[in-house]
Parts: sequence; structure tokens; C-alpha cells
Amino acid sequence: MSSHSPSLPLIHARGLTKRFGTFTAVDAIDFDVAPGEAFGFLGPNGAGKTSTMRMVGCTSPATAGTLRILGMDPATQGPEIRGRLGVVPQADTLDEELTVRENLLIYGRYFGLSRAECGRRADELLDFAQLTERRNSRVEPLSGGMKRRLTIARSLINEPDVLLLDEPTTGLDPQARHLLWDRLYRLKQRGVTLVLTTHYMDEAEQLCDRLVVMDKAKIAAEGSPRSLIEQYSTREVAELRFPVGVQETLGDQLDGLADRVEHLPDRLLLYAEDGEAVAVAAHDRGLRPETVLVRRSTLEDVFLRLTGRSLVD
Amino acid sequence: MSADLAEPPPPNAGPGAGPSVGPSAGPGAGPGGGLPGADLAEPPPPNAGPGAGPGGGLPGPAAAHAGAVRPGVPSGLASAARVFEHRAYQYRRAFRGSLFGSFVNPALFLMAMGLGLGGIVNARSPGAFSGVTYLQFLAPGLLAGSAMQQAIFESTFPVMYGLVWRRIFHAMYATPIGPQAIAVGTLAWIAFRLALVAAVFTIVAALFGALKSPLALLGIPAAVITGLAFAGGMGAFMATQRTPDKFSAIFRWVITPLFLFSGTFFPISSLPAALQPIAWLSPLWHGVELTRGATLGTLLDDPILTLIHVAVLIGLAVGGGALFVRNVRRKLAA
Amino acid sequence: MSAAAEPRIAPSPGPGPGPGPGPGPGHGAAGPGAGPRANAGGGRSVPRAWHLIERNLFVYRRTWTIIVSGFFEPLFYLVGIGYGLGRLVGDVTGPGGTPIPYAAFVAPALLATGAMNGAIAESTFNFFFKLNYNRTFQSILATPLAVRDIAIGELGWALTRGGLYAIGFMAVIAVMGLVSSPLAILAIPAALLLGFAAGAVGMAATSFMRSPQDFDLINVFTLPLFLFSATFYPIETYPEAVRTIVTWTPLYQGVALIRGLTVGVVGPEMLVHVAYLVVMGSIGLWITARRLDRVLLK
Repeated sequence: MSSHSPSLPLIHARGLTKRFGTFTAVDAIDFDVAPGEAFGFLGPNGAGKTSTMRMVGCTSPATAGTLRILGMDPATQGPEIRGRLGVVPQADTLDEELTVRENLLIYGRYFGLSRAECGRRADELLDFAQLTERRNSRVEPLSGGMKRRLTIARSLINEPDVLLLDEPTTGLDPQARHLLWDRLYRLKQRGVTLVLTTHYMDEAEQLCDRLVVMDKAKIAAEGSPRSLIEQYSTREVAELRFPVGVQETLGDQLDGLADRVEHLPDRLLLYAEDGEAVAVAAHDRGLRPETVLVRRSTLEDVFLRLTGRSLVD
Repeated sequence: MSADLAEPPPPNAGPGAGPSVGPSAGPGAGPGGGLPGADLAEPPPPNAGPGAGPGGGLPGPAAAHAGAVRPGVPSGLASAARVFEHRAYQYRRAFRGSLFGSFVNPALFLMAMGLGLGGIVNARSPGAFSGVTYLQFLAPGLLAGSAMQQAIFESTFPVMYGLVWRRIFHAMYATPIGPQAIAVGTLAWIAFRLALVAAVFTIVAALFGALKSPLALLGIPAAVITGLAFAGGMGAFMATQRTPDKFSAIFRWVITPLFLFSGTFFPISSLPAALQPIAWLSPLWHGVELTRGATLGTLLDDPILTLIHVAVLIGLAVGGGALFVRNVRRKLAA
Repeated sequence: MSAAAEPRIAPSPGPGPGPGPGPGPGHGAAGPGAGPRANAGGGRSVPRAWHLIERNLFVYRRTWTIIVSGFFEPLFYLVGIGYGLGRLVGDVTGPGGTPIPYAAFVAPALLATGAMNGAIAESTFNFFFKLNYNRTFQSILATPLAVRDIAIGELGWALTRGGLYAIGFMAVIAVMGLVSSPLAILAIPAALLLGFAAGAVGMAATSFMRSPQDFDLINVFTLPLFLFSATFYPIETYPEAVRTIVTWTPLYQGVALIRGLTVGVVGPEMLVHVAYLVVMGSIGLWITARRLDRVLLK
């Protein structure tokens, strides 16, 4: 049995590395996940998030470094660890030849549960996922949001200590996303540790207590959403859009206007504590943008600062 | 790459759906469509509010620490049994139709070729089969041949389904069970299906009077190991594939010739003498000889030869199975 | 996933079109002939339908493999069933009552079966998935191609494949000395006619299908046809009453037509066979067009 105690991190990684041949997918990263927190890996596609999750999920052996989950080493106790994890993969791996309820039953059996226990838990989880009415329906006609809820329900059949979610709301419409976030938030309230990957900054901000920003196989920054924004960005941002071709000509006119300036292909970002003031100052200098938008900083801005690119390619 | 090509046919669209008369595009090569329609936005039900009722009974670590049932790690054998159970659940929906087909198809073949053609053959070549009728000669050949075809199907589409199309194997691996159990459980299910179909075939053949000996019951295990001799290798190969394209080619260039030239419905002695030794290379030929020996009661006439047949088939089955386990592990635990 | 138990011993033309037509949105459909509106007169249907064929050919770049398997596959079956089994059977009663070698008896039946199978496969599996799952196909529907053009175009493609296969098959049969008459060359269009009839009926049936489970039903028809249409043994094997019934089945008509041509025994009954197949195909096409109208454009 594991020797994990509440004060130790649930997941501990030092120098964790994953290489496929000559390609390094994860490059010596360090992180810890505390019990009961919601921890996120934020980064664009190809950053190494999924590879990291697969190592944490004990389905992919690490090439180098230390990884401990619930105090156990995946190399020697993979099945035990998996028995206490819940996994929500990026693609719903639901069995379309079974009904909704059967998907839950079968999965529970893989954890060694008795049929009676599987049935009991399945019914509870159907309730949680709001799928009770569809329990005898085939899986194929369900909407994307329902399938995702089913996948999440399935991942809970073994009452896991840690739930791993890989891009949980990719491909879902806004309503479905919000419903999902609500369900995940309830789980968190009940003490389930959540580890998720995402490339949506709103998801990271909504769900995560702490997160790491990953890019090109490395961790670029770490902290709570708020602390990351405070550290790597200003409070507000003024977005200015100019007619085609004008933005490139601005040069000196922008000096000293704001704490930081970022040029994006379609607009100009001026970072400052007070966005309205900057917008006014820009106007005073003779800049005539077509549109002006003042907003608070987000994790997108953090990512831009750290890597020079936006989260969504 | 077009989503149209990558998407699987909907379940049960594979071998069960294929006409038995071997259409060109049939075996899994036909469908190429993407998933229909767009997702419908699903509005939450009216009382999706406070989780009093639903959330209350929700499993979570709190419940676990309060001494609720903690799932353990099933043993290797138990794990494979779970995989078998999973397949059994899948089969529940389709088994009636499938069983019906398992009765009807052999019956039709035995009627047409065994009796219809058999009448002519028996008249023209009375001594060709050492004292048995053409029907009695044919039946075990068909039995072994269908076992081979069945095994080829069962080791293609479910493997594609599990590793590529719906990634069910990946879902299984996210639990305490491992790739070996997944592969072994899959093969165990294939063996069960082969046994089931062989048993039904034997009943039909008996009703037609095609069986000559009580040893005929051994035809069932003979058919099973014949099929398994193919299942492992085919499964191992398909586990490396992203699409079923090669399946058509294999069926066309390997399976069909094997079926035609392994003594299934005419004896090897009918072939030119120069070609006859090639039969030894055909796993199906070994299976046909074994099965025929069972149904005609001649198994013990040459025990060494019988043992050779058994050894070849079991050797292929075990070797193929090992390759299958290895390739599944490579795909899942990369 | 479940699998049926039946042995498969029948030939089929070509390696199959693979997992359905791939990407290449509207290649054929965007051709110059696709101008006028969907309800233009029938005279325009053939050129426009040609574009569907063109698109399919473009996509199925491996036509040579179709031809190659058209050579080898019949070789396998002919040597196996024709000679292997033939050694046991000797001569059988051919059309017109004359005895012919078993291989010469079976060869035309194998060609007919191959034509039927190929057409059925294309017009059921592939057609079903194109209709219901393949966005490429559905995107073609957004172009001015009329529904009728689609039916004809799809069938035309199936027949093109069938024609290539039949040519290969006939070449092999001829080389093996299994034809007795120069009329045998007409077996190629005869095979196409059978393919047309089978394909049209196949498409009609597919337009009614709701789920892939329905494919099993096709088997229920094609397997008995294959086994009992005087393919492996002469129709004289049957008692009189059964003989009459079998005579009216589609594959028998095709087999009798093709066998008569390859053996060189032709008479007025050939016209009956031809007429039967033409009528069968036309009814099939008509039903298909009506059903497609309802299914696609609703």
C-alpha cells in the first residue's frame, strides 16, 4: 500500500522527461499537485501536455526523471495507481455497442468491482451526469456534451482520488461547457483532486487553483491564475485595431505609451494598469484606431508574454 | 487526412453484415463515411440546480476514507476474463441474428454443394473419397474453412475498433488491467466464438447426415485451433494498421487461395502432383485434415500425422498470439 | 463485434474501392457540364453523370490493381473449382444438352457471380455509407447534379469497375481454352448488363436501409442465389418444379445468358434473358431515383 500522507503531494514530478526516438515531447519538467486542488496544464497543441498526462496516468513509461503518484512509482505499481485514478481522455472512448448504463457497468468491472456494486454506482453516476433518462439508450445518438458527461461519469466509477482530464471541453458548445464545469466544480468541492490539460484560458481561469504554462515540452511558468496574471501582465489591456497597413507604420508614436506593447497580426495590445487612460493617451498622440477595446488581462496575455505566441494557433 | 476515411463504420457493420458470397468491397472495405450530423446542443434539464439529491450520493474520496469498498487490482486471469465479459455484453445485441446465420449458411452450402453437386460427384467418381460420399467429404472442409474466415474477421474489425476507431482498448488500459490481458481476453473471445459456430455447424452437418463417427465432436476443437492459428497473426498485423485497407488485400490474395486449395472441397490429390506438397504450407490444410479426420473417424489411423497437424496449428496459434500481445502492448503503452 | 459464420467461396471483381471515396471535394462535380439547374432535361444526365465516374476514377487511382485482380482472381477460382472439382465431376450437361467440361461449365457462372457480387457490394455497402456518412458525397449533392444523375453516375462507376474485371476474366478464360465460340466476346457486355441489373436493385434496396444491420438481409438473398442458380451444377439436377422456379431468378438469367455465349449455344431464349435483366435494372433505377428524391432532398 502507498505511504502517502495528507501533507505530501499527491503527484510529484522532478525532471520528468518523455522522448520518442529523437523527439522530446516532455523536457525535464518539475511539478507537484497537492491533494484536493484543481491543477492545470495550460498550453497550445503540441506543448507536451498529453504526453505528461499519459505518464501521470501510468500508460506511458517516463524516459527519465522521477514521478510519484499517491506515493507509488508507475514503473513498479502501475496497475495499483491506475486503480485509484479516473481518466477522461481527449477522445471519448465510449463503446458504441453498449448502452449508456452498460458502459459504466463494464468499466466498473475492470476495477474488480462486483456486478451489484457496479450497478449501484452506475445508477448514482448516471444521476450525477444527468443521464438517467438515457441510461438504456445507445451511445451513438447522444450529443457531444452528453457523451463527455458519460465519459466523466465512467471515470468516477472507481471513486478515484485523482481525476485526470485531457482537454475536457474541446469541441463542445458553450452550454455544454458550462454544464461540465459545474459538474467538475462539484467534484472539487467533494475533495476529488483534478488534474486537467487545456488550451482554453477561460477554462484554466475558471477551474484551476494552480496551473503551469507549458510550451514546447517545457514549463514556462507556474502559479495560480491570478498570480500569473499579476506577475506576467498588467491589470488591463487596451486593444487597438487599425485599418490595414497602418499598424506597421506607427513606430515611435508608441514609445512610452504603455508598460508594454505587443504587435499581433490584426491588432495592437497596450498593457497598463489603466487601460482607459492609455486609450485616451493614444488618441491624444494622434493615433486613430478603427476600434478600441479595454479589458482585463487574461492568461492568454500571460502566455503571449512568456512565449511570444498566442494559445490558439 | 479526411475525416471521412479515418472514421469507422458504425458498429456491427463489419463481418456480420458481409454477404457470404464474398463481395469485392464487402469485408470492411466498403464504408468510409464520417459521423453523421452535427452535435445538438443539449440544454440542461430544468432542475439542474443545487446538487442536493444527485450530488449527495456521489462517490468521492470522502466516502472512500469512510471505509467504503475499495476496488482492488484483478489478477491477470481475472483481467482477461473481464475483457471476455465485455465482449459478451457487446454480443448480446447481435447474437440472435448471428446464431441464425450460423445455422442457415452451412445448411445452404451443404444443400447446394453437398447434395446438389454431390449427386454428380458421387456418380462420376465413386471411389474418390475412400468410401464416403461427397457430402461427408465436404462438410469438414467447410467447417475448417469457415473457422478460418471467421477468425480472420474477428481479429480484424474488433482490433481496429479497439485500437483505432473507438479506442476501447485504450479505455481498458486506463484501468488496472494491462495490454496482455486485453490481447489474451480478445483471443479467448475469438476462441469462444469459433467454438460456438463450430458447434452449430456440427449440428447442421449431423442433421444432413454428413458426419460419420462419434469422433466428429472433436471437429469442434479442431476447428477452433484452425481458426486460432490465423487469429493471432492477423490480429498482430491489424494492430499495426490505421485503416482496414490491407485486410481486403489479405483476404483476396491469401485467404481465398488458401480456402480454394487446402482440400476443402476437393482432395489435394486432384491437383497436379507438383503442386501438392505446397499444401503442407497451408495452415488451413492442416486444419482441414484434422477436422476431416474427426468427422470421418480416421483421426487415429495415422497418429503421427494427426499430431503433426495439431502441433502446427497450436504452434501458429501460440506464436501468433504472442505477436498479438506484443503489438497491442506497443500500441497502448508507447 | 460479431461476425457471421459463412464460408466465402465466390469471386468478386477487383480489390474493392477501399474504404470509400476519399477527399477531393467535388472534383468531378465542378466540371463544365455541371452548369444548368437540377431539373434540366434528361438529355443532360449522361454527361453530368460522367463527372461522377470521373471523380471516382480520379480517386481510385489504383485502377490497375482492379485489372490485375481481374486476371488473378478468376485464375484462382477456375483452377480451384474448375479443375480441382472438375477432376471429380468430368463433363456435365451444358446449354443445349451437349456435354462440356466442368471448367467450361463453371467459368461463365463465376464471371456472372463476380459481376453480380461486385455490383451488389458497390451499390449496397459503399452506397449506403456514401449516402449516410460520407460528407464528400453529401457535398456533391449541394451542386447542381440532379438526384437522377447521381444514381446513374454511381451505377456507371460500378459498371466501369465491373467491365474492367470482366475483360480480365474473359481474357483468362479464353487463354485457358474454356470458350467454344467467338460469341464469347459478348459475354463482357452481358456481364455488364447483369451488373447493371444487380446494381440498380442493390441501390434501390440500400435507399430503404436505415442501419448497417440491414446488410445482413442482403446476404439472405445473395447467398441462395449464388448457390442455387445452376452455378455449380446444371439445372437439370433439379426436379421439374424446382427448375421452373429457379429459371425465374436473376442470377440464373445472367448465368444462362453468359454461359450460352461462351459455349456458343444461342437461341431466342437469350433475348428473354436480356429483356429480363433490362427490365429488372430499369425498375431498380426508377425506384432508386424516387427514393433518393425523398431521402436526400427532404
